[in-house]
Amino acid sequence: MSCIEQIEYEIVLQGASFRESAEFIRSHFSEWHEVEPGYELFGAHLIGVPPVVLGVEGEDVIFPYTKPCRGTFLLRARGPEEIARLREWRKK
Amino acid sequence: MTTETGGPPTALLLLGCPQVPVQTSVAIHLCDQLRERGIAPVIAGTGAARRLIEIADPKRHYIGEVIDLDLCIDQIAEHQRDFDHAYVFIHNDAGVSYAGTISAISKARLVGIVYGEHADETAEAITFPCDVVAAKATHNPMPLVVRLGRVLP
Repeated sequence: MSCIEQIEYEIVLQGASFRESAEFIRSHFSEWHEVEPGYELFGAHLIGVPPVVLGVEGEDVIFPYTKPCRGTFLLRARGPEEIARLREWRKK
Repeated sequence: MTTETGGPPTALLLLGCPQVPVQTSVAIHLCDQLRERGIAPVIAGTGAARRLIEIADPKRHYIGEVIDLDLCIDQIAEHQRDFDHAYVFIHNDAGVSYAGTISAISKARLVGIVYGEHADETAEAITFPCDVVAAKATHNPMPLVVRLGRVLP
């Protein structure tokens, strides 16, 4: 997940469990997608309990980032190409 | 099933944050038990978890290959590597997330080893297919080792 450290992001939520983070996305964003753990986003494989929920707002993706010692953070980063890929992935 | 062609069956031991003391000793004990059964252990962990393991077994009598946690996830997710068995050490919500990831990306028989002060609550968060071995162990590894012995292949 070190690729995530190399993008510009904003922390949306920290200190919540993975499940609470998923619920936060479902309740705060009108567009969200469910993917499997291991889905590649910004060059990193997502960690989480299936299904992993990703939010979309404008050109931003809101996604969980889990660190072994510090738990799950919800991050927001600009990613129009990732959003297009997510929408395409959903159609499959 | 052997997922790494030409060798013995393999087991992944996925270590999380080494905040709780029992993790290192149970991991080394599990490596020994797996070797006794002809299964090659591979440890993946954070830098701190790997250093604790490698310092405790400097001649590698028990441990075998030791790899970076993120690299391990990448290799399994990209289908470059997989294991016959996977033991994920879990003492917090992040540990549950890592176990959930292994359940989704690996074909290994998955066992979650849950320990720490809040082992019961942590175990309840495991909602995916996974054998669970749980004990409220922090400094004394014996309750965990005894229960783990019951699910070894």
